[in-house]
Amino acid sequence: MAKQYETVIGLEVHVELATKTKIFCGCSTAFGGAPNTHTCPVCTGMPGSLPVLNKQVVEYALAVGLAANCRINQYCKFDRKNYFYPDNPQNYQISQLYLPICHDGGIEIETAAGTKIIRIHEIHMEEDAGKLIHDEWEDCSLVDYNRSGVPLIEIVSEPDMRSADEVIAYLEKLRLIIQYLGASDCKLQEGSMRADVNLSVREVGTPEFGTRTEMKNLNSFKAIGRAIEAERERQIELLEAGKPVIQETRRWDDNKEYSYAMRSKEDAQDYRYFPDPDLVPVIISDEWIERIKAAQPELRTEKLKRYKEEFEIPDYDAGILTSSKKMADIFEAATEICKKPKKVSNWLMVETLRLLKESGQEPEDIAFSPENLAKLVELADSGVINSSVAKEVFVKIFSDDIDPEQYVEENGLKTVNDTGTLKKVIEEIVAANPQSVADYKGGKQKAIGFLVGQTMKAMKGKADPASVNALLREALDQ
Amino acid sequence: MDVLNMTALELSEKIKKREVTVEEAVKASLEQIKSVEKTVHAYVTIDEKGALKKAREIQKKIDEGELTGPLAGVPVAIKDNMCTKDMLTTCSSKILGNFVPTYTAQAVENMEAAGMIILGKTNMDEFAMGSTTETSAFGVTRNPWNPEHVPGGSSGGSCAAVAAGECFLALGSDTGGSIRQPSGFCGVTGIKPTYGTVSRYGLIAYGSSLDQIGPVARSVSDCVAALEVLASYDKKDSTSIKREDCDFTSALVDDVQGLRIGIPGDYFGEGLDTEVKAAVLKAAEILKEKGAIVEEFDLSLVDYAIPAYYTIASAEASSNLERFDGVKYGYRAKDCEGLHQMYKRSRSEGFGEEVKRRIMLGSFVLSSGYYDAYYLKALRVKAMIKQAFDRAFSSYDVILGPSAPTTAPKLGQSLSDPLKMYLGDIYTISANLAGIPGMTLPCGKDSNGLPIGLQLLGNCFEEKKIIRAAYSYECSRNYEAPEIAASEAGKVVE
Repeated sequence: MAKQYETVIGLEVHVELATKTKIFCGCSTAFGGAPNTHTCPVCTGMPGSLPVLNKQVVEYALAVGLAANCRINQYCKFDRKNYFYPDNPQNYQISQLYLPICHDGGIEIETAAGTKIIRIHEIHMEEDAGKLIHDEWEDCSLVDYNRSGVPLIEIVSEPDMRSADEVIAYLEKLRLIIQYLGASDCKLQEGSMRADVNLSVREVGTPEFGTRTEMKNLNSFKAIGRAIEAERERQIELLEAGKPVIQETRRWDDNKEYSYAMRSKEDAQDYRYFPDPDLVPVIISDEWIERIKAAQPELRTEKLKRYKEEFEIPDYDAGILTSSKKMADIFEAATEICKKPKKVSNWLMVETLRLLKESGQEPEDIAFSPENLAKLVELADSGVINSSVAKEVFVKIFSDDIDPEQYVEENGLKTVNDTGTLKKVIEEIVAANPQSVADYKGGKQKAIGFLVGQTMKAMKGKADPASVNALLREALDQ
Repeated sequence: MDVLNMTALELSEKIKKREVTVEEAVKASLEQIKSVEKTVHAYVTIDEKGALKKAREIQKKIDEGELTGPLAGVPVAIKDNMCTKDMLTTCSSKILGNFVPTYTAQAVENMEAAGMIILGKTNMDEFAMGSTTETSAFGVTRNPWNPEHVPGGSSGGSCAAVAAGECFLALGSDTGGSIRQPSGFCGVTGIKPTYGTVSRYGLIAYGSSLDQIGPVARSVSDCVAALEVLASYDKKDSTSIKREDCDFTSALVDDVQGLRIGIPGDYFGEGLDTEVKAAVLKAAEILKEKGAIVEEFDLSLVDYAIPAYYTIASAEASSNLERFDGVKYGYRAKDCEGLHQMYKRSRSEGFGEEVKRRIMLGSFVLSSGYYDAYYLKALRVKAMIKQAFDRAFSSYDVILGPSAPTTAPKLGQSLSDPLKMYLGDIYTISANLAGIPGMTLPCGKDSNGLPIGLQLLGNCFEEKKIIRAAYSYECSRNYEAPEIAASEAGKVVE
């Protein structure tokens, strides 16, 4: 009988924090910007410059740690991780090794297999590096330090996951918590959330872990799923062939669906960690922790419960709406204005998700305002525009955040409720389609649909189909 | 009236009374530089044009009553490890031989804001690593008292410049005695304040947890007036301390009545030159005659200070100096193949022997498997040394001793035996490990005519007690300047 293998996975997740300024200087963290414009002597490692800790970084790290049920090191320190690379202007990264800010936490995940706690070993604060640009035309490389010093937290889990499903559930849960806290937008594609996967396999029943590898360059949940599958199979194949798994760091190429070794443990550098003498220890008082706890926003579980009670919307709706902080925020704000939760929910769950999918965006990318969505709900609900016009208008709201009232007005999209005009058009349609009229009168109820369609067409869509239907029946049943 | 014979405070006073112009003072300093620099070589960079231009600006501000401080208009020199915007800052190293900073160090800004004029940048041991100023990549500095001798280090250029009248005041930095030891060798006064008193922002780091900037001057009063300008809380430096008690000049009183002075027996044992010992003990006698209570005591742990210091300072230096890699600024080796070769060659060619020795030492003590045995143990020793000082300062206001075991050695004597050179730091190093303030002032000369330095140590934040003792002692004697014969000295260099 073939051997049964179990996959053991632990994650190292880097999250870029949403502070306005960098971790150790006052430079902007804004994305983009011409190379080396968001820089100063500190984040370019100029001689004599010194780091000063951004307090907001500590607050975000604390908030995430508390939400992930971690214990807090109330006396924590920064350490230097020494290694030479040009994207790192000081040739050491300021990070935390000996006393990270948070440790020993865990979050509950839910998969088809049930619920499970994934333990968190630690969360530490550190600085991001710059970006190397290899010039293909000149024989040189350039470096942009705009990202240098952008604050990160690294969340290190215990090796508690056993499948790609669990990994994705853990990442989604983490992402949601962090988004809800406002600590980061957690966009995998843009790199504001990055996950490295540590994976090993072992025969079911073996108490010891197998030799693990670390997988880097995973830019989407899909890539993570594929990489886990591929790495699991690669390791099993090695073991089956009687070959050892080598402890190494591998890089995933999602286009080729293949990973290759970057460096093995033997090449591992000695980072010569030691406490950074330029920074003083961070003392976190009980009061500070209490303040952060008190300011903690409503997280998903509480929101889910409240939505069902307060808005009386189905579980299914509440689940989807709260799956993104952005979507939940828009839902609440629009509902607050128009007081029609189910209608707002429908626009978000159907049209919004469809348009997001079409444009390859995520809910966090939603750019329209809740005010315009609320106005649209009102317009459609009061019959000022009919549903197909409403959908058309929503596309404009989604893409350009237009004011629907103004748009409907300017483009003459209002439903025509003038019975005189409608009756006149219906008379013409009835006269022009004797066959359909005969069919209807002969008992074919369906024929009325065709006549409604013809009337709507003649009205250029600006009629209420229900009124058209009623008036048509009235005319034909005479 | 000879401008050069004035103290910095006297000069500023006369400028404000319009008896001397700032330009005259700057020109007098520049003239002196021209006549003795060939012998002394205290400067790496001399900014004649900039200083003269600044002199006119400062004169205008003084005339308009905008600048009224006690040191306004005084020409000064800055150790070449402090960043000066648009002015070469080399750390006396080839690797920074072409480095022009984009910003100015906070300590230098304080000096400029107080109306002082920067004449140039002074020579030093490369990256402040050394005790003789011989490890400079740009040639040695010579002791103005005898050009065959070293000025001490690492702030040898600053101390020699002050002693030789090439400036009225200078800034030095002190990681293990780099202000106090050369001040002693050159017969000038220098103070290393409590760690955190002067901002390190813009000071090119050697041992970050030990580095502290301080002034070097010809008198205690000048030195203390400059310290008052330098001391300021700086939010750009996380280790900077908000102090309310920086009115140091208020301690310039000739009164040591009841001041408790401890003399550590451990500082007067084997290795101490007899002439140095006699001069220092004589200084203690004078303070006793003036009413101080002088007692001998055991400080203990003195022997552990040097290994702990070289472990901690080298460890921090090995990391601090990683940024000098040829990528962003400074020296880059030519025609390299690939990144690693560029790193290796730039650093091998750019750093001198002593710097490389300490980088290797520091990298070793931080390496995996050795960290606990060396670096952590050194930190524990550091904490114990601090405790020993705490105990001492519960009984004494000031600790008095020599600043070095001998007077200035001859050129070339020290580098051949680095261990012996390290041992020369024995009396100064502990103050950096404990973070306490220390001051050196002249207390006589040996039979070869070389100055002897008296060192006074105080508890953290108690500079004023040291200042009181130093000022009282200084009142008992006259300042002496070296005679530098330009022509004769010129021969020495050529």
